Amino acid sequence: MDDLYRDYILEHYRRPHNFGPLEDASVTREGANPLCGDRITLQLGVVDGVVQTVGFTGRGCAISQASASLLTDEIKGKPLADVQSFGADDLLELLGIQISPARLKCAMLSHDTLRGALSQLAESGPEAGRDQAGAGI
Amino acid sequence: MTMTSEPGTDAPGSAADPRIRDGRLVAEVIRADFPILGTTAHGVPLVYLDSAATSQKPLAVIEALDGYYRGYNANVHRGIYDISERATSAYEGARARIAAFINAPESRELINVRNATEAINLVAWSWGRANIGEGDVIVLTELEHHANLVPWQLLAAEKGARLEFIPITDEGYLRQEVYAELLKLKPKLVAFTHVSNTLGTINPVAEMTAQAHAAGALVLVDGAQAVPHLPVDVQALGVDFYVFSGHKMLGPTGSGGLWARRELLEAMPPFMAGGDMIRTVTLRASTWNELPWKFEAGTPDISATIGLGAAVDYLTGLGMARVRAHEQELVAYALEAIAEKVPGISLYGPRDAARRGGVVPFNLPEAHPHDVAQLLDRVGVCVRAGHHCTMPLHERLNLPATARASFSVYSTRQDVDALVDGLRDVQRIFRS
Repeated sequence: MDDLYRDYILEHYRRPHNFGPLEDASVTREGANPLCGDRITLQLGVVDGVVQTVGFTGRGCAISQASASLLTDEIKGKPLADVQSFGADDLLELLGIQISPARLKCAMLSHDTLRGALSQLAESGPEAGRDQAGAGI
Repeated sequence: MTMTSEPGTDAPGSAADPRIRDGRLVAEVIRADFPILGTTAHGVPLVYLDSAATSQKPLAVIEALDGYYRGYNANVHRGIYDISERATSAYEGARARIAAFINAPESRELINVRNATEAINLVAWSWGRANIGEGDVIVLTELEHHANLVPWQLLAAEKGARLEFIPITDEGYLRQEVYAELLKLKPKLVAFTHVSNTLGTINPVAEMTAQAHAAGALVLVDGAQAVPHLPVDVQALGVDFYVFSGHKMLGPTGSGGLWARRELLEAMPPFMAGGDMIRTVTLRASTWNELPWKFEAGTPDISATIGLGAAVDYLTGLGMARVRAHEQELVAYALEAIAEKVPGISLYGPRDAARRGGVVPFNLPEAHPHDVAQLLDRVGVCVRAGHHCTMPLHERLNLPATARASFSVYSTRQDVDALVDGLRDVQRIFRS
């Protein structure tokens, strides 16, 4: 009945992929929409410039959590350069549903958090890696 | 010259009024006065359950705005010509009726403002900056809307004053025994909401005000969720400042009121400065106009105030005691129907409908409030989802967000039934 709540969106919400904390993350980033209470923590494990592992935890609406599940699937195993160029439009395409302006913040939470994680990673230098595990939690 | 388009000339609530039967409101008939309630959303009839955010407007209010703009649009207090005099008379006439609606002793004590938020900011800036100093205590509560919180935070930061908070019980009542303790700190001001916008709690304003006065404090009450829904008599309540928004009480956006005792308003410095609020101006100094215009700088929202006058006439025609009885009955019905028919739902706020306004906050275990609101929208049901401008209250209740249904004079049991059906649909979708 509802475009926004297609089966695969609900499926990602009920059983999110890559859900759970990483043992040895290169970077940990928290993101939140204070207005609605959506919240995620995104972790990346980067080895030799490739996102080898990715995990997220969080709570919030179906759109925010399904979006994080889809995004983490997409970036896993990709070189950082590819992840860098993964834009908001790419995520909207992945979601494949019409997002109203009021829900855009929900849909974009995982992407904004990813951008934050990438900047954090850049600031801590290319050598940032497994010895910084868990920093920021 | 015809005056028919100006408000306040009809006589609602007469014996033959079909909107009242056996002393009770007939919401099914009242609905016909609200054009928007006859429209559809996504092809289904609109079920508007977000009146605590803003109410819908009856035709009488819409026609009052239209009548002003079509018939006598002119600035007030200025022109020496017919339509300006009519505008001034309609604007000041509306003020008098709004003041009478809350039983203000004098209409010059009623300052027209944009909304309750502006009214509180006015008091915080004008009275607050002149009267609050370092170490002074202001008592607020955990129930407050951000509008009755943030202005006091700014004032306290600027002056080095201290904020204290009356905590709530899990059900949403103010803990009066803690309030009594806080009054021993000799606060300068106690500011609290009459009716909680999130939980619906109706606070015992008169009792709390008497206690505050005994401790030497002044009292400001946020009546944004009270004036639209129950009889308010500022003299009986005994408060010093009382604020409300017009758009929540069937009036237009951009209208609202600050009532305060005359001696307080006379002693307060102006809030905003400019035209209309002055008596004389030289290049280096000015003197202030008398009340209420001292606090109404610049051209006011004339049409909105005239519209609020029409809203007050409309509510007076229904009778505020009947409005309260209608909403109390509806909230009791809603609490019972929702709890019974929507398994696992969490309902928040006072369980006693006699101590609660027409506000029903809830959460489904399987879905976030945003998803609930979005899915309800698809069946035409409008509810609010989020923190309702009460983040500290949600923090206190350990809830990231809630969904909220809220009522007004036009709300019916059918609206509640549509909500219940919608919630069961949401559960089906999320459980499948």
